[in-house]
Amino acid sequence: MLHDRDRIFTNLYGFDGWDLESARRRGAWDGTKALIEKGKDWIIAEMKASGLRGRGGAGFPTGMKWSFMPKPDPARPSYLVVNADESEPGTCKDREIMRHDPQLLIEGCLIASFAMGAHACYIYIRGEYVLEKERLEAAVEQAYEANLVGKDNLHGWPFDIYVHHGAGAYICGEETALLESLEGKKGMPRLKPPFPANMGLYGCPTTVNNVESIAVAPTILKRGAAWFAGFGAKNNAGTKLFCVSGHVNKPCNVEEAMSIPFRQLIDEHCGGIRGGWDNLLAVIPGGSSVPLVPANEIIDAPMDFDSLKNLKSALGTAAVIVMDRSTDIVRAIARISYFYRHESCGQCTPCREGTGWMWRVVSRMAEGRAQRREIDMLLEVTTQIEGHTICALGDAAAWPVQGLIRHFRPEIERRIDQYAANPHSDPIRDFGIAAE
Amino acid sequence: MTKINVDGTIVDVPPEFTVLQACEAAGAEIPRFCFHERLSIAGNCRMCLVEVKGGPPKPQASCAINVRDLRPGKDGEPPEVLTKSPMTRKAREGVMEFLLINHPLDCPICDQGGECDLQDQAMAYGVDTSRFAENKRAVEDKYIGVFVRTSMNRCIHCTRCVRFTNEVAGTGDMGSIGRGEDMEITTYLESAMDSELQGCIADLCPVGALLPKPYAFRQRPWELTKTQSIDVMDALGSAIRVDTRFREVMRILPRINDAVNEEWISDKTRQVVDGLKSRRLDRPLVRRDGRLQPASWTEAFAAIAAKVKATTPARIGAIAGDLQSVEDLFALQGLMGLIGSPNLDCRQDGTKLHPAMGRASYLFNATVQGIEDADALLIIGSNPRKESPVLNARIRKRWLKGNFPIGVIGENVDLTYPTLYLGAGPDTLAALPRDFAEILGRAERPLVLVGQGALSRPDGAAVLAKAASLAGAMASAPGGWRGLSVLHTAAARVGALDLGFVPGEGGMDALAMAKAGALDVLFLYGADEIAVEPGAFTVYVGTNGDRGASRADVVLPAATYTEKSGTYVNTEGRVQFAERASFPPGDAREDWAILRALSDALGTKLPYDSLNQLRVKLFAAHPHMARIDEIAEGPVADFTAHVGSAIGREPFVSPVVDFYQTNAIARSSRTMAEASALAANRIKAAQGQMQVAAE
Repeated sequence: MLHDRDRIFTNLYGFDGWDLESARRRGAWDGTKALIEKGKDWIIAEMKASGLRGRGGAGFPTGMKWSFMPKPDPARPSYLVVNADESEPGTCKDREIMRHDPQLLIEGCLIASFAMGAHACYIYIRGEYVLEKERLEAAVEQAYEANLVGKDNLHGWPFDIYVHHGAGAYICGEETALLESLEGKKGMPRLKPPFPANMGLYGCPTTVNNVESIAVAPTILKRGAAWFAGFGAKNNAGTKLFCVSGHVNKPCNVEEAMSIPFRQLIDEHCGGIRGGWDNLLAVIPGGSSVPLVPANEIIDAPMDFDSLKNLKSALGTAAVIVMDRSTDIVRAIARISYFYRHESCGQCTPCREGTGWMWRVVSRMAEGRAQRREIDMLLEVTTQIEGHTICALGDAAAWPVQGLIRHFRPEIERRIDQYAANPHSDPIRDFGIAAE
Repeated sequence: MTKINVDGTIVDVPPEFTVLQACEAAGAEIPRFCFHERLSIAGNCRMCLVEVKGGPPKPQASCAINVRDLRPGKDGEPPEVLTKSPMTRKAREGVMEFLLINHPLDCPICDQGGECDLQDQAMAYGVDTSRFAENKRAVEDKYIGVFVRTSMNRCIHCTRCVRFTNEVAGTGDMGSIGRGEDMEITTYLESAMDSELQGCIADLCPVGALLPKPYAFRQRPWELTKTQSIDVMDALGSAIRVDTRFREVMRILPRINDAVNEEWISDKTRQVVDGLKSRRLDRPLVRRDGRLQPASWTEAFAAIAAKVKATTPARIGAIAGDLQSVEDLFALQGLMGLIGSPNLDCRQDGTKLHPAMGRASYLFNATVQGIEDADALLIIGSNPRKESPVLNARIRKRWLKGNFPIGVIGENVDLTYPTLYLGAGPDTLAALPRDFAEILGRAERPLVLVGQGALSRPDGAAVLAKAASLAGAMASAPGGWRGLSVLHTAAARVGALDLGFVPGEGGMDALAMAKAGALDVLFLYGADEIAVEPGAFTVYVGTNGDRGASRADVVLPAATYTEKSGTYVNTEGRVQFAERASFPPGDAREDWAILRALSDALGTKLPYDSLNQLRVKLFAAHPHMARIDEIAEGPVADFTAHVGSAIGREPFVSPVVDFYQTNAIARSSRTMAEASALAANRIKAAQGQMQVAAE
């Protein structure tokens, strides 16, 4: 188990105050000026050495991302944009950071902006996060009052920070759709290239980082890259917030070292699986968009980027959704499919047309009202979406269905046979989701 | 230049080319729906996917990736693109299936059938059966105006229409609402579109979602005969294609001419078609007992000859209209010469342009394509959006590139791009605000656009001289920059001025001829925009029953621009040739033949018996008319006679009040009347709202 002394988010559960005073007592803003005085090259080198991989889901090395920013140019200012549009079902880590430890994020914003020569930072916060927005705005206010940030702050790096409230669209968590939304346009992903590091917000160089990636940066720099790199397996360094939900006895958010075995994570922090380990059916290890992993494969797997990739899944945002044997697994995936159908922006063809198709077929399959050959057809449809779209939402919609077919084909076939033996003409149940 | 390997063929293309363009350069055909050469890149249809070697292991949208972004091979060999690989084919088949699952099986009743991109590409990438067992999506049709009919079930969300209205038309009428499967293309609250180029979205639509409304359910495209022609609805001379079925003109479409109209045409150009069929003059008429009554050609000619012989040449005159071809004007000019009358004029709006000042004084010297090279623009007494919408789109295109200050003297109207409004009339022209004068002075290629609103007034020549001084010196070298650019409103005007169709020595101009008692016999040759006072015996030669015909004592039915082969000279002086697409109705004849027969009846026979013989004479007298699609650059214009003469104080007003009703053909068109009423209602409604707001 991760020692308390090694935790970055020491107020994850809000037992202490969220205000600046309390945050300072916990170590925020301590020696920040000294970090800045060491220069940008040192900061980026240190971030690279720490092995921090982006916490938003894709796992791109953060230090390398920062180093992609071009040299400052007065005609084209650089921007830091913090992606706080945390909408992936199952994920609730950034919410806790903004609620209980907002100063860590603000401090990280200053350091990251300094490292890439940005004088302005935008935090794009999810539309549904009203309380978090108020808390974050209050924290930014306090930081301004204490002259920690601002045009003429005591760290000597002119820096402004703005909190922008989204309108509640999942797609605005995609970095380029987020930039479009921030510019006041409809949240639709842009074509890449050009990447945001060249043409981002208002056409200027921009780096978009997840809240957690930014919030851990000050502590990494203060305690040293070697300390951070000491956790987790090779290439999967550091500590990570896990959001465990579903059929465990005590669902929780917890900061743990990367590569912690799944069993250990559940036993130590969540009180075990509901009904015992034998009752585990499957786990979605990284938020709704990643393929599920059946119980026998996940139980002793280390929870990190590379191990889960080997299981044909992904760490994603480390939102672990645990499902026991009481779960109607096909219906669960149908519900996830509905979510992606609902959140597709409608811009490009495969995702616009394909997400609805998948949802309808999986919904029928949940009741067995399908043909066996449609399983292979559905699998082919998912591959026609995957990799053919502008952004990753198409992939995210396809993967859960692929995971379902990969691991639970017998279950689908059983239902199909069951229905075929006793067909009826009742309407397909939508479980009220169409009304949502 | 960058080398790229497309299916084994190595081509050398500029690095800013998209992969799609590079593939086309290599001869590989790439299917596409959302990509269009003249619109921004959306990359959303995903039909143009290709396999790129060495890139990520997934197909790439070739329209959205630049050649320079491709990585070369390991040993520096050119990047490799595969357009026929199994991966590419599979990806395209997948996209095609997605496009088709919610597309209705409408083809048998869809007007786009036969010229539908989706239909064509489904032949190449479609599968013969459907695996989609669910219900198809149903989308309500939208009302978006009188020119475009919608059938939104068919929409494939390529957003070409949205990009067109945002980028080219500049009105931003179309947009998308909703998201995902529920995304719909519509106008704001389903209001009618506001653009003069809205018909173009039906051309752009790759499927049958947006179709020309007046043409609905009329004809199949493969049954049409296609003829290349030139538009006469405004002075731009857009390249058009006239589609006919037997003798009937069914529709008019744009042709691509990058020097003039790119591939856009205005709604008037496109949908004036029904005006070619209604209120047509199809037999000669002679006024007897106060009423115009049918007569034979012989009777009509006899009535004219009697009147002509009873008077002297000085009491005979001719006014030419706005839609005439150069050949026909040449015939009329010849006829007036043989009669011996100096009273002839083509300037029924009273514009003060005159060939005596030199050809460069009445041309759009900068040329339409040259607008894109200009670095500052001053618009004087013109509303280009109404006078020539396609030219206005070109100005907007230049403005979109940035760094293009535009000043306006005249009416303060919405031109679809922001302008600096300098003032209303000659006072502003005399004392240009200092900052804008500096902009013009600094500009290397200033463009001064002068409209007929500034020239069709007694002080027109002086205004023109003043405007010319603002445009800077005219380059005398060929190809040099000449900023003074006159925007005409009449398609025939430049051709007529080239012929010298202006009053001879001691002759009267159009306004003088129209006065009561000025003449005994007046030939109105398609001139419908001038009020002729009572008195003179009036002969109207024209096509549609309009102001000129109702005033006339003898009406001779002639051919419209689609019914004759003719030469037209556009506002920039470009000589263009239109072929005949159909035939005049009833007893109506081609204009030159009418004039030739009339000359015989008057005993002053014109010296040619065929159009070819006429052209030989025309080319001998005016050699530049033989150089089709070229602009003959004349000597520098000379304004010395008019510099410093008195300029009035009245504000400049554009001559085009109602865009849809500018000539006799348009006024005969039901579609144009509908559009005009809609526009008038819109203005009335807006005024009403302003009143309510004020109260």
